[in-house]
Amino acid sequence: MSYMTSIGSYAIMVVETFKKPTKWHVMRTLILKEIDELIYGSMGIIIFISFFIGGVVAIQTALNISNPLIPKNLIGFATRQSVILEFAPTFTSIIMAGKVGSYITSSIGTMRVTEQIDALEVMGVNSLNYLVFPKIVAMFLYPFVVAIAMYIGIFGGWIAGVFGGFSSSADFVEGLQLDFIPYHVTYSFIKSVVFAFVIATVPSYHGYYMKGGALEVGKAATVSFVWTSVVIIVLNYILTQLMLG
Amino acid sequence: MIEVGDLYKSFGDTEVLKGISTSFEKGKTNLIIGQSGSGKTVFMKCMLGLINPDKGYIRYEGRDYSEMALAEKRNLRQEMGMVFQGSALFDSMTVEGNVMFPLDMFTRQSRSEMQDRVDFVLKRVNLVDAHKKFPSEISGGMQKRVAIARAIVMNPKYLFCDEPNSGLDPKTAILIDNLIQEITQEYNITTVINTHDMNSVMEIGEKIVFLKDGWKAWEGSNKDIFRTDNEAVTNFVYSSELFKKVRQMYLEERN
Ligand SMILES: Nc1ncnc2c1ncn2[C@@H]1O[C@H](COP(=O)(O)OP(=O)(O)OP(=O)(O)O)[C@@H](O)[C@H]1O
Ligand SMILES: [Mg+2]
Repeated sequence: MSYMTSIGSYAIMVVETFKKPTKWHVMRTLILKEIDELIYGSMGIIIFISFFIGGVVAIQTALNISNPLIPKNLIGFATRQSVILEFAPTFTSIIMAGKVGSYITSSIGTMRVTEQIDALEVMGVNSLNYLVFPKIVAMFLYPFVVAIAMYIGIFGGWIAGVFGGFSSSADFVEGLQLDFIPYHVTYSFIKSVVFAFVIATVPSYHGYYMKGGALEVGKAATVSFVWTSVVIIVLNYILTQLMLG
Repeated sequence: MIEVGDLYKSFGDTEVLKGISTSFEKGKTNLIIGQSGSGKTVFMKCMLGLINPDKGYIRYEGRDYSEMALAEKRNLRQEMGMVFQGSALFDSMTVEGNVMFPLDMFTRQSRSEMQDRVDFVLKRVNLVDAHKKFPSEISGGMQKRVAIARAIVMNPKYLFCDEPNSGLDPKTAILIDNLIQEITQEYNITTVINTHDMNSVMEIGEKIVFLKDGWKAWEGSNKDIFRTDNEAVTNFVYSSELFKKVRQMYLEERN
């Protein structure tokens, strides 16, 4: 029952976010700030993780091919498929739920407990639009992050495969091009747009409606990470079933 | 003029407001006094619409606030200024940014017009050298003054101050009180102040509402408050030794 109430108030929050828009010149500054914080600020960790995950996938695949009948280009093929379909969009989103999500929950939660949100409301500002809308807009750039994660992941696989002595560069690249289905990239980008929305709004919800003091801000950030991840994993399953099943 | 009628508010099982009716007049400094925990902040937040009362009405110039749609409420709120008990400054902005924020949001003034207005109100609250500092870099008393500056920068019709001078030294406290009273009279604002500071009561208590455990136990002016025989009020007012002596002298003189 209380889950239903939460889902209901989450939906109301999302609707409210799009009402009574903040003046454009104020909003523009907010959006740029959030792009810097949420997107640009996450680039480093995403690139780092993608590179090594891509490398590990290549090595794992190589080590599991013992049968000489299996072509060597499978390494490139498997790396491409795993990185494009799952690692870049989903795994990266879980990382973002931790990094960006806890930032969002704690920054909005702190504003709640120090009455800064009340102060906005008293002035006649739509605090949800002011705080959450710029985060949603900034997160629309998230597919670019995922695209970079794809490139870096595959690059990491190539480095590990070729320099680890598991595959020749030619085999790897042949594998990359083997049976390429562009729709898989579309599927991946659609997923990342949905996840971006989840990463912007679910942590905002946990921060905005929190009660208590500084200690509860920390707890809210943890709870928010758990729920954001759960929602991402469930939506991943549903979207995969709908789009590929 | 703000009229409040039969206002009730509970949180779970705790009844905080138990049927408060009163009114606050224009151009006057109206005080809500009472012990810590008597419900002053909750009462004020109900008037602002930050807390929804369970029952009762709040009328601004006859318009019923609790029946307004959210959009209408927000328009009315642009005519209100509020100084929160904990200042509630935006900590991502400088002092100047905080005060400029409402102007930036709701007016079409040019940068220099806004800057002039900000300089003016900051000077008004005796804060001249902190423009570029962040709230975390200034003292609690300075934060209070920035909060007051932010609340008055839009020339509000209604000014709410939740303990504007708590945590300030006596001299600055009186300065703030006088400032609020001056602004109130100058711009004919309806001002409501929560306080438990007896200095403020004597200085600026043109109308006083005394709350006790969520009830309105008494109301009157600072002229009446030292003469009343209402026990709850005298207990509160004469909790300090100094005032007890003053009261003693008054009673002896009378007899
Ligand atoms: N959000 C809330 N949830 C539950 N109880 C609350 C809430 N806000 C206030 N209360 C309770 O309402 C009562 C009145 O609180 P309020 O903050 O209005 O007191 P106050 O008169 O402003 O006190 P002070 O002078 O210390 O600021 C307190 O007992 C408090 O515990
Ligand atoms: Mg209070």
